[in-house]
Order: sequence, then structure tokens, then C-alpha cells
Amino acid sequence: MHLGYPAVLAVLLFCVGLYGVLARRNAILVLMSVELMLNAVNLNLVAFDVWLRDTLHAGQALTLFTITIAAAEIGIGLAIVLLVYRNRGTSDVDKLTDLADTGTEPDSDSIAPTTDNAAETAADQALPAGGQTA
Amino acid sequence: MTLTTLAALVPALPFLASIAGMLLGRRAPGFVQPMAVLPTLASFVLAVIVAVRQGTGPATDVGTRLTPTGSVPVDLALHLDGFAVLIAVLVGLVATCVQVYSTGYLRDDPRYPSYAALVSLFTSAMMLVVYSGDLMVLLVGWEVMGICSYFLVGHYWETPEARSAAVKAFLVTKLGDVPFLIGIFALAADAGTFRINGILTTAASGGLHHPTVIALLLLAGIAGKSAQFPLHTWLPEAMAGPTPVSALIHAATMVAAGVYFVARLLPVFMLSTAALAVLAAMAAITMIGSALAALAQDDIKRVLAYSTIGQLGYMTAALAVGNRSAAVFHLLTHGAFKALLFLGAGVVIHAAGTNSLAATSRMGDLRRRVPDAMWTMGIGLAALAALPPFSGFFSKESVLRAAEDAASGHVGHVPSAIGWTVLVAGLLTALLTAAYATRLFLLAFLGSAPRIAEAPEGGAAHDAHAMPPVMITVLWVLAIPSLALGVTGGVLPAWFDGTPLTPTLATSVLGIGLALVGVLTTYAAWRAAAARRAALAAPPAHTEIEPAATEAYAIAHHEQVYGDIAAAADPADPGRLLLGRLHRHAAHGFHLDAVYTALFVRPVLAAAGLVRFLDREVVETYVQGAGATPGLLGAIVRRVQTGNVQTYLSALLAGAVVLAVLVAAGA
Repeated sequence: MHLGYPAVLAVLLFCVGLYGVLARRNAILVLMSVELMLNAVNLNLVAFDVWLRDTLHAGQALTLFTITIAAAEIGIGLAIVLLVYRNRGTSDVDKLTDLADTGTEPDSDSIAPTTDNAAETAADQALPAGGQTA
Repeated sequence: MTLTTLAALVPALPFLASIAGMLLGRRAPGFVQPMAVLPTLASFVLAVIVAVRQGTGPATDVGTRLTPTGSVPVDLALHLDGFAVLIAVLVGLVATCVQVYSTGYLRDDPRYPSYAALVSLFTSAMMLVVYSGDLMVLLVGWEVMGICSYFLVGHYWETPEARSAAVKAFLVTKLGDVPFLIGIFALAADAGTFRINGILTTAASGGLHHPTVIALLLLAGIAGKSAQFPLHTWLPEAMAGPTPVSALIHAATMVAAGVYFVARLLPVFMLSTAALAVLAAMAAITMIGSALAALAQDDIKRVLAYSTIGQLGYMTAALAVGNRSAAVFHLLTHGAFKALLFLGAGVVIHAAGTNSLAATSRMGDLRRRVPDAMWTMGIGLAALAALPPFSGFFSKESVLRAAEDAASGHVGHVPSAIGWTVLVAGLLTALLTAAYATRLFLLAFLGSAPRIAEAPEGGAAHDAHAMPPVMITVLWVLAIPSLALGVTGGVLPAWFDGTPLTPTLATSVLGIGLALVGVLTTYAAWRAAAARRAALAAPPAHTEIEPAATEAYAIAHHEQVYGDIAAAADPADPGRLLLGRLHRHAAHGFHLDAVYTALFVRPVLAAAGLVRFLDREVVETYVQGAGATPGLLGAIVRRVQTGNVQTYLSALLAGAVVLAVLVAAGA
């Protein structure tokens, strides 16, 4: 089989994944898009392994490796998303902006407490919703 | 014990006492008074024994190498001769009297332990200066005295006068001490030793290369320590300290250290005619100026302070004509009668509740309340005015005789012009001294209440509070040498250089005549001015508290009442009548402080202002800028931090693409 087919397919898959990561607002879908990108890479690895006729089959070994890591990653990722959803009542990536600098406190000393407070208030507001979902 | 051991114990005892006093003063308050008085007394007794054993024999010199410095070694050396042992006796006597007097004067003072310890330390340092045979060791004592003076002048540091006086005394004397130190180094560099004997040997053999420079450098230190023009301005201010301190440090001993130093190193000064001329001019200006200033002061202690400056001028004048015997003779008698005068002034201030002569001249009952102070101060003032047969007469005549000898050209190396300068200034000052001594006595003790009734509070309250008897006793003890020390003039030459010290006919007649003129003129002026005596605002008097507190209170309030720390607007003051237009200038020490303010203080303050401006406006701007620029950059960068992960990732992607394109283009 010509190398072009799997390569083009991998590029398409990667672009779809990239679009998903950058554009989707649901955290679950973002994670799924990441999986797409990883699989695009896997596809490349396998294809080039065959094309290069590598006796050690390093590409296939790396693919197994990637799949394992992807499984672990998706497990942790889903757990985080689940906890965020429980606490906040939402898994919208656009609304999870606690790390944003609000710009109200110019000096570095008071940034930490302000952010803490903001996080607390946000958590307080979200608690009832989280409680309902749980 | 050997003579050396005894002599070493003389400075050591007060030193140990001061250490013990500082360590134990607060824990064992019962031991403070004995610990202050007894070691000083023992030191005095030992000094007397040393003097008797040393006698008129050849000078005793012992020394041990203290520090091998690599170049000029420093020796712990003792040098005992007639000058040293007699001055040590004087220091011991005055220090003992002052310690005893202080037990009464500062009996309720919470800082008495540290005060007594500092006085002991001071005594020890002065003894060290007197006995030391090594310039470096002498310098140690010299500087310890300076710092003790600073602490003791600032004893009442609650009052701003005392604080500024202490700082002024310290700074002015240090101003002289810097050239002094350089002079000592120059001297040691030429002579190859710090031992005074070695230096004198070098000087005699002509081994000193720059005697004029060295002598002038040393003179700066002398002028600072001995309060000679132009560095004398600290001494009148130093009267803000307690009276016993003024008696010990600023009259009898520390200020005499400079004179003693010149006396020890006189052969070095004799090598340079220029230095002698400077010394003579310094002495002449000091004598006349201070006598005029003393005539105009209102504060009784400031009168005595200016008189101290003048009498020290006599001593330096005697040194300028190359006669150290006369100088040290006057140092001894002056030490005794000036200590007496200061301690008497302390009693008067306590009894009157004020230090203002304008106020005491309106009291009228002081001569009945403190008769002992009147009689003893009368003796002291007669000695100060050089009336025969008091001690001051003989010593002052010995100075005048030395000046006469030099004027007639009988003293080698000393030009007769120097002799004439000293002689004329000395005679003029004798007149003025008699005048201000008389004025002090008349105003302090022979005052009378003005026709308008005196303030009703008075008599009973004052009498209820008796003067501590130790203070009176000390006055009489000091009155004996003030009265009788003069007759030793015939014996002393054997202890000193052998120069005769007895008065000659010509100077005696002149001196007595001028002194009598001064006394009578002042008396006449006093009688004439008495008619103009009117009620005057008097400072509030507090005599029921301890004497030292009375004095501190009086000093603090003089300026409030009279608007000036030195003068009072008293039309009945004979000094005002005698000085006429000069009075205003004399009262302020001929505005020398104002000159110094214009010449030194203001430029220094202006320079400080400039430095402050540079620091605040220029350097600070750079610092602020260094902080503000990153802050500004940070504010810009902060806007990018939206918290949205996808934005970050987009930026990451864009960056990666750009890099990839760049790499591809480069390849």
C-alpha cells in the first residue's frame, strides 16, 4: 500500500483532533479530540514502521507505548473533568478560567489571596449545583 | 611596695572602681557610694605617697613593651617627675572632693551609679595621662577623658541644652584631636619611638625634621582639649552638665591636660619660633576675649567657664614664653581654686534655685543662707583675681615674671615680641579678671531685694531644706589650698625646672595695682547701677528637690525666662555698665558661634541637603524606574492571561507553526 493513504488519513485525523481541542467547549469532547490526535500519531508510527521495514519494529513498540499512556491519560482526564463538573456544575472549558489574571490587584503580594478568594466564592456558588448533580 | 607599683595603682584603682560601678551599680545600690569615693580617695593617698617618695629626686622612668607593632613600638611606660606627681596629687584631691560632693549633690539621681563610675573612669584616665611616659598610652587616656566628658556633659540628656552641649563638646574636641593624632605620628616617625624621653632626646639632638608642622598639628589638639581660641566654644556650653562635673573636668583637670601635654613636650615646641608665636597669639586672644565674655555672662557657671578659658590662656601664655614651671604652678593653684568656685557655685545654684546672676542679685538673703559658700567662694574669687596673699596671686605673678623675662630677651629661642604680647595681654586680663570676679561676688552674695516686694514664697521653704553637709565640708577643704598654695612658690622650683617662681617687684606692683583698679571700678559700677535695680522676671525656683535637679531645672528655664542662654536684660548689672556697647557681643562670646554657624554648619547642612536631594530625587528615580518598568511590562503581559486553556493552546500552535515555517525557510 502506498504510504500516502495512511499519511493523509493521519493528517486528516490530526487536524480534526486539533480543531476539536481548540474549538470544542465541552471538556469531554476536548479529551476525545486529544485521543484523535494521539491515534493519528499512532497511525503514522505504524505506517512508517512498515514503510521503513524496521527489523526492531520500533514504531509498533512505540504505538503500544502510546496507547498505554493514552489510556492512563484519559482515565485521569475523565476523573478531573468529573470532579470539576461535580464542583462547578459545568464542564464548559470557557468558564473554567480561575487562572486568569483579573488585573484588579497590580502588586504581586495580594494576587494569591485574591485568587484564592475568587476560587472560594466560585466554589461556594457552584456547591449547590454540584450537590444536586452528585 | 615599690614606687612603680604605687604609681601603677594610682590610675588602676579608679579604673577598677568604675568597672565595678558599671557592673554592680544597679544590683547593689548600697555599695555605689563607697565604691565611688573610697578608690578615688585611696588613689589620692597613693598619689601623695608617690609624690613624697619621688620628691625632688631625678625623674623615675620604667617601661614595659606593650605591643610590638612592627615599626614604632608602643610601651606601657611610667614617667614620674616633679610635674607629674604634683599634678597627680591635684587631680586626686579634686576628684576625691568631687566624688564626696556628688554624694550630696546627686543623692537622689537615678543615674548616680553610672555617673560615679564615669567620674572614676575619668579620674583614672587623667592619672594615666599624667603618669604616662608613652605618647600612645597618653593618647588612650586623652580620648577616654573626651568620651567621659561627652557622657557627663550629657548627664541630663532629657534637656535639649545638655544633648546639644555634649555633642558640641565631643565634636569640637575631636576636631582638634585629628590633627593631634597626625602630629603624634609625625613626631614618632621622626624620633622612632613613642616614648616621651626618646622624643625629647631626639629633639635636643636636632633629629626632628619638621618641628613647626608637628608643633602646629599638636597645638590643634591642645586648643581643643584646653579650650583655647578658636576651639574654645564647647566649654561654656559644657556647663549644661552637673556642677561637680564642671568642677572636675571642665575646670581643674581635663582642660589642663592640654597644658600638661605642652609642658611635657615643651622642648619640641621650643624648636619652632612660629609655633611659640601661634601659641602666644592664641593665648593672648583667648585671655582677653574670654575675660570680656566672662564680664557679660549672666549664668554663674558660664562666668566661671569663661574664666577657666582665660586662666588656661595664662598657662599657655607661660608655655609660649618657654616657662613650664610657671604654667604648671598656675595649673595647680587654678585647679584648686576653680574646683572650689564651681562647687561653691553648685551650692549657690541650689540655694537660690537659679543659675542667673540677675536673679541672685535680687535675693539679698543668700549671704545669710549659705555663708560658707560666700566665704569660700570669696577666697576662690580673690585667688582668681590674683589678690595677695591668695594662691592665684603667686602663680599669676610667676607667669607674668616669665613673660617679663622673655620680653627683656633673657630667654633663649623666645623672641621678645612674644614676651611683650604675653605680658601686655596678661596684665590686661588681670584687670578684667579682677573685674568679673568682683562682679560675680557682688551679684551672687551682696544682692538686695528691690524696693518692690519680693515674691512672697521664699525664706521658710528654703530654710526648711538644709544644704547637705558634705557639700559645705568639701568647700572648706578646697579653700585651704586656694588660700595657702601660693606660699609653695619658693619650694616648687626644686620640684620643677629650677626656674624661680617668686614674684618680682615690678610685676607685683603692676599686677596688684591693676587687680585693685578692676575691683574698685566694678564696685563703683555696681553701686552706680544699684539705683537702677528693678524687679525682673526670675526663673521659677525649685530648691526643695535634690541639688542636681535644681540645677538641671535652672539651666532648662534660663532661656525661657530671659530669652537667651547666656545673657539677661538686667540694667543693674555692673558688667553692662562697664562694657557698654560691647556687652551684647561679649555675652555671646563675640558671636564666634554665629561665625562658625555661617562658615561650617550652614555649608555642611547645605551639602547634606544636596545629598538628600540627589538621593531622594535622582537615585530614587532610578530605583523607582527599575521597579516600575517590569511592573508595566507585567501589566501588559497579564492581559494575555485569560485563563482559557484553548487560547493558550492556539498561541502555542501558532508559535509552533511559525517556528516550523522559519526552520523550513532556513533549510
